[in-house]
Amino acid sequence: MSILNILMEILIAVLILIGAGFTFLGSVGLVRLRDFYERLHTPTKATTLGVGSLLIASAVFFSWQEPGWSFHEVLVAVFLFITAPVSAHLMAKAALHLREHGETSLPTETTLAKHDGEAAISLGAEQARQNGLSARAQGEGAIPEARR
Amino acid sequence: MADTASTGIILNSALAIAFLLVSIALLLSLWRLIRGPEKPDRMLALDTLYVNSVALLVLLGILLASNLYFEAALLIALFGFVGTVALAKFLTRGDIIE
Repeated sequence: MSILNILMEILIAVLILIGAGFTFLGSVGLVRLRDFYERLHTPTKATTLGVGSLLIASAVFFSWQEPGWSFHEVLVAVFLFITAPVSAHLMAKAALHLREHGETSLPTETTLAKHDGEAAISLGAEQARQNGLSARAQGEGAIPEARR
Repeated sequence: MADTASTGIILNSALAIAFLLVSIALLLSLWRLIRGPEKPDRMLALDTLYVNSVALLVLLGILLASNLYFEAALLIALFGFVGTVALAKFLTRGDIIE
């Protein structure tokens, strides 16, 4: 085996390890982070970088093993790079819509306690404001009931 | 090159580690899909599962030195995007095709 073959193998192995590591880190972030909006951050970036690195490794491998260049992987990479931000945006929009209509809960006390002080205070104020708004809305809803 | 015996020990050990990492990543996102407290968490976990399976198929294509798996990876990526868009539309509007 010549020097060139060993160098190509090392290059492909490093690219594969980078890609698999980023894919793994994306899923670890999906499990370990606290909030949905924090969880949205990791997989949509890290898995795109990971799969992109794996696809570069695959392109180098097939260009090395077979005669001619290999461009199949570029198709998958371009498709993933275009659709990943679009789907992340749609998921964030769906989550915000569900939160505004009260189907998902606001940050609870346990998640608030994990934040550091200033953020906890501002979020607590936000939640108190929301509670006040909902109480006032219920009060306004109750008045016509009493009139009837 | 049709026969697959040309890959050396460096590439094979890297492929073994990569298969292990991507499989653990698949299991972790499956855990989030089952456990996920809210509906958007499950949607995000399903999208991550699709992308991780694309990574696994690309690794399989390198291991078997076969060009056959790119079409499958492209199809899975396509279906994953369509599924995520349909789920987001359903959660947002309450219907998919209005």
